[in-house]
Amino acid sequence: MLSRVADAMYWMTRYVERAENYARFMDVSFNLTLELPHHISDQWQPLVVTTGDWDLYQLMNKTIDKQKVIYFLGFDPKNPNSIYNCIINARENARSIRPEITKELWEQINYMFYFVKNGLQKKVWQKKDPRAFFEEIKKGSQLFWGIIDATISRTEGWHFGRIGKLLERADKTSRILDVKYHMLLPSPTDVGTPVDIIQWAALLKSVSAYDMYRKKNGKLTPARIASFLILDKEFPRSMLRCISHASLSLKMISGSGYGYANAAEKEIGILESQLEYADIHDIIASGLHEYLDALQIKLNNIHSAIFESFFSMENNCSKM
Amino acid sequence: MPKISFENYDAEGFFDEMFESDKQVKSHYALFYDRIQKMGIKKLNILQHSTDRVQLSLGMTFNVYSDNQGIERILHLDIIPRIISGEDWDYLEKGLKQRIYALNMFIDDIYNDQKILKDKVIPKELILGSQTYLKQCIGLKPPKDVWVHITGSDIIRGADGGYHVLEDNLRCPSGVSYMLENREILKRTFPEVFEQLSVRPVMNYTHNLRDMLESLSPTGDNSIAVLTPGIYNSAYFEHAYLAQQMGAELVEGRDLVVKNDIVYKITTKGLKRIDVIYRRIDDDFIDPEVFRPDSLLGTPGLFKAYMKGNVVLVNAPGTGVADDKAVYAYVPEIIKYYLGEDMLLPNVQTYICDRADERQYVIENIDKLVIKQTDASGGYGMLIGPKSTIEEQKEFVEKIKKNPRNYIAQPTINLSRVPTLTDDGIEGRHVDLRPYILYGNEIKITPGALTRVALKKGSLVVNSSQGGGSKDTWIVDNI
Repeated sequence: MLSRVADAMYWMTRYVERAENYARFMDVSFNLTLELPHHISDQWQPLVVTTGDWDLYQLMNKTIDKQKVIYFLGFDPKNPNSIYNCIINARENARSIRPEITKELWEQINYMFYFVKNGLQKKVWQKKDPRAFFEEIKKGSQLFWGIIDATISRTEGWHFGRIGKLLERADKTSRILDVKYHMLLPSPTDVGTPVDIIQWAALLKSVSAYDMYRKKNGKLTPARIASFLILDKEFPRSMLRCISHASLSLKMISGSGYGYANAAEKEIGILESQLEYADIHDIIASGLHEYLDALQIKLNNIHSAIFESFFSMENNCSKM
Repeated sequence: MPKISFENYDAEGFFDEMFESDKQVKSHYALFYDRIQKMGIKKLNILQHSTDRVQLSLGMTFNVYSDNQGIERILHLDIIPRIISGEDWDYLEKGLKQRIYALNMFIDDIYNDQKILKDKVIPKELILGSQTYLKQCIGLKPPKDVWVHITGSDIIRGADGGYHVLEDNLRCPSGVSYMLENREILKRTFPEVFEQLSVRPVMNYTHNLRDMLESLSPTGDNSIAVLTPGIYNSAYFEHAYLAQQMGAELVEGRDLVVKNDIVYKITTKGLKRIDVIYRRIDDDFIDPEVFRPDSLLGTPGLFKAYMKGNVVLVNAPGTGVADDKAVYAYVPEIIKYYLGEDMLLPNVQTYICDRADERQYVIENIDKLVIKQTDASGGYGMLIGPKSTIEEQKEFVEKIKKNPRNYIAQPTINLSRVPTLTDDGIEGRHVDLRPYILYGNEIKITPGALTRVALKKGSLVVNSSQGGGSKDTWIVDNI
C-alpha cells in the first residue's frame, strides 16, 4: 500500500475517533451541569485541559463559560482539534484515498462533513441545548466504525485505520482519567454522596464505560474505575485493550510472528506487556498521574515509530 | 390535456433536439415526452432536487479556482436527458473513428518523418513554431504507434441539425465520470423509461479503459496507476472515480520515484514498480527535469523512463500538437493525406489569422465572429463577437495583430437546444456533446457522451467553469 495512503487511513480514523470523544465529553459535561449544585458545576475548564487544548483556548479567550467551550471544542475553525476540524480533516483524508475505501464509507464521512458545516452555519453552540448535535456526531461515528467493519477488507489499510483509532482512543481515555481522577479524589467529605457518585459515573460515561463497568464491578470505587479504564482485558476502550489490538494490527502488517520486525512493533510490544502485568494498587501507590504521564509519552513514541517505519517516504524509498 | 404545456416553449429559431419546428415531438423523444406528461412539473422538480442531493452525497464535486478557499461545487445535472437516435450515433462513430485514426497518424508523422510537412500539405512554421510542438518527443515511437489513447471530442449541432467537431481534445479530456455517474442517477430517476426504451449501455467504459491500459503494459505485470495533481484539482473526483472503477492505484507525483529509469511507487513495504500511467497532469508538469522545472506535481525522471520504454504514459506527451486550434483547420487535409478519404464529420468553418486575407476578414468582422486563442482551453482566452463590447473587440484586434499565429476565428455557432428545467419552467438551453473514444488495439467509442448545457438563458458557453451543467445522453434504438 502507498505510504501516503497508509498515512491517510491512519489519520482518517484517528480524526473520527477524536471527534467522537469530544462529542461524548461535551455531552456528558452538559448533563453534569444540569445535575450538580452550582458551586461545583464548573466542568468546562477541566474539559479543555483534558483535550490538551487549554493553551490555545487561553490565547483565544479571556474568560471561560459553557458556550465558549462548546464553540471552541465543537465548532471553532481556528481550533485544529475542534469537532468541526476533525471531521473536515477526516473527510479530506478520505477524499485523498477515495479509491481505497468503499462507497458506503465515503458517503458516511461525507454526510458528517455536510452535517458539521451546517452546524457551524446554524450556530448550534448558541442553542439552549446543543446535545442533539453531539448525539449525531456520536451516532455518525459509530455508523462509520460499523461500515468499516462490514465493508472493508482486512488488508493493510484496515489495520492502519484500526491503529489510528486505537491510539487516539487510548490517548483520550488516559487524559480524561488523569484530569478527572485528581479532581474528584481530594474531596473525602463527598465520598459516597450523591454528588460524588454522579461525578464518578460521569467519568465512566465520558468513555462509554458506565454500563460495562457496572456489570463487572458493581460498586463505584476510584481504584476499580482506574483499573477498568487502564487495565481491563475485555473492555474495548481500556488502554490495555487498545494497545494490544493496535499491536496485533502492527504484527498483521509486517507478518512477524515472534518478537518484533520494526521499531513501532518494539515500542508497542513493550507497552503492551507493561500494561498486561501491571497492578492498579502499585500504580496508585507510585502515583497515577506520573504513570499516565509516562504512558502519554510512550503513546507519542509509538506514533513517531509508526511514522518512521511506514509513512515516511524518504525511509520507504531506501527499502527495495 | 397534457400536464406540462409546451405552448410557450420557444425554440427561437435554433435547432431543438426534442421538438420539430412545428412543435411535433421527435420520434426518439416520444416515449420520454409521454412519461413526463404523466409526471407533471411538480414531480419533475422533486426529482431534480433529489438529484442535487445525490450528487453531493456521492462527492461529485469540483473546486472552482476563482472562488476563495476552493469552494466545492457540484456540476448541475439537469434530469431531462439529451436523446440521440441510434442512426445519428452510428454516423458520429464512423466520423470520429476516421478523425482519430488520421490525427494519430499525423502526430506520429510530425515527431518522426514529417512527411506531411515535406509534402507542404501543412505549412512547416505552423507546426514547428507552435508551443504545443514538443521537441522532447522527436523520434518517439510509443507502443503500437498509438499516441492518443483517450479522446473526448467536442461536437456541436448547428442550425440545420448538422453535426460538427468543434475541438478534438487530444490531451487529458475530462468529464467521462459524469457520463457514467449521470447514467446511474438517471436510471433511478426514470426507471420506467429505461425499461421501455433500449438505451445503449455506457457501463463498459471503465472495463474497456482498463483493457486498453493493460494492453500497453511493457512488463505484462499490469501495474496501472492514475496520476492526479491531488484533491484540489477540479477534476479530482474523476481521477479517484476512474482509479476506483478500474481497480488501479491512484497516485500523486510525490508517490512515485524513478530509479535507473524505472518508475516505482513508494509503499509501506518499499518500492513497487509501476508500468502504465494514465496521467491526468498536463505535459508541462509531468517531469521537472524535462519540462517546467518549477512543477511540483510531476516526478523527476519520468520522461526518460518513458522514452526508454520502461513505463507507458497515456496519453503520450506531445499530442497537443494536433489539438492546436490552428491545426484544427487543416484536419480535412490531414484526413485526405493519411487515409485518402474525405472527411465524414465536418469541422466548423475556421479562419486562420496567420493567413493575411483571412486575418483581414476576421478583423473586419470581429463583431460577428468567435475569436479563440489557439493554446487556451476551458472557455478561457476567447471573445464572442456579438456579445462583446467595442473595447473588448479592440483589445482582441490588437492581440491578433501582435501575434496572429495565436488566434483563429469561427462564425458564432448556433448550438442546438434541449428542453431544460429552469426556475421558470421548462426552457430550451444550448448544448454540446462530448463522446469518449479509447484507442488501444483498436478504436472503441462508448455509445453515450457527456452533454454539457449552458444553464444561463441565451448563453452559448457550456464549460463547467463558466456556469455550465450537464445532461445524461441516451443513444436509443427502438423508435
